[in-house]
Amino acid sequence: MTDEIVLEYHVSGDDFTRAGEASSDIKDKLKKIGLSPEKIRKVVIAIYEGEINMVIHAHGGRITVTVSENEITMVLADKGPGIKDIELAMQEGYSTAPDNVRSLGFGAGMGLPNMKKYTDEMDIQSQPGTGTTVTMKVRL
Amino acid sequence: MTVNDIKNLLHADVLCCEDCLEHQVHTACGSDMMSDVLAFVKDQSVLITGLCNPQVIRTAEMMDIKCIVFVRGKTPDNQMIQIAGECRIPLLTTSYRMFTACGLLYTNGLSGGNTN
Repeated sequence: MTDEIVLEYHVSGDDFTRAGEASSDIKDKLKKIGLSPEKIRKVVIAIYEGEINMVIHAHGGRITVTVSENEITMVLADKGPGIKDIELAMQEGYSTAPDNVRSLGFGAGMGLPNMKKYTDEMDIQSQPGTGTTVTMKVRL
Repeated sequence: MTVNDIKNLLHADVLCCEDCLEHQVHTACGSDMMSDVLAFVKDQSVLITGLCNPQVIRTAEMMDIKCIVFVRGKTPDNQMIQIAGECRIPLLTTSYRMFTACGLLYTNGLSGGNTN
């Protein structure tokens, strides 16, 4: 692969039932590029968790995926309430999701830990009241 | 074990992707928390759940899960069936409760996979 491939998505924060549509489309496109199923699974699980977080916490946001020869870079940016304590948010089981989200199968405090688990690099930049940008990389 | 074996063991109805019934399933995951499902990748797995919303199908899609069984007679709506059809994931519904459904599959040879 010589050129970078860039995929961009706007994630609506209005409809939880549609969360995952961007991740699904990214999975289709990565399959067509010909990446291995294991790499695709890592990438799409991390993005899907991030997409769910955007819908639950931040009224949506933007996902940008860049596929280059050696790595896939995923940037998930939102203008939501931000994360007050990133270290605490990274702990398995810690969640600020409301009860109705738990009844939908999420909010167990596994989202950010899962994103870290499936990627080779992860960085979170967040300011309370301004938003959050999560950058993740999976090496190919 | 095939998807068809699961259908027969759980006396389940098949709601879509009947042409996938011969697909092999090697491991199983029983959970209503999708983030827990997303935490543990298993090989050629069936998801057994009492949760019934489109995120169950999306979670299965991301995990390459081969089949979803809804317990306690939960029946997915048309939107869920449509998404599952596009993803080629057969949906089954059984009247058994979660514990019984998992027990029947386990005693018939399906494992939970690695714990890590």
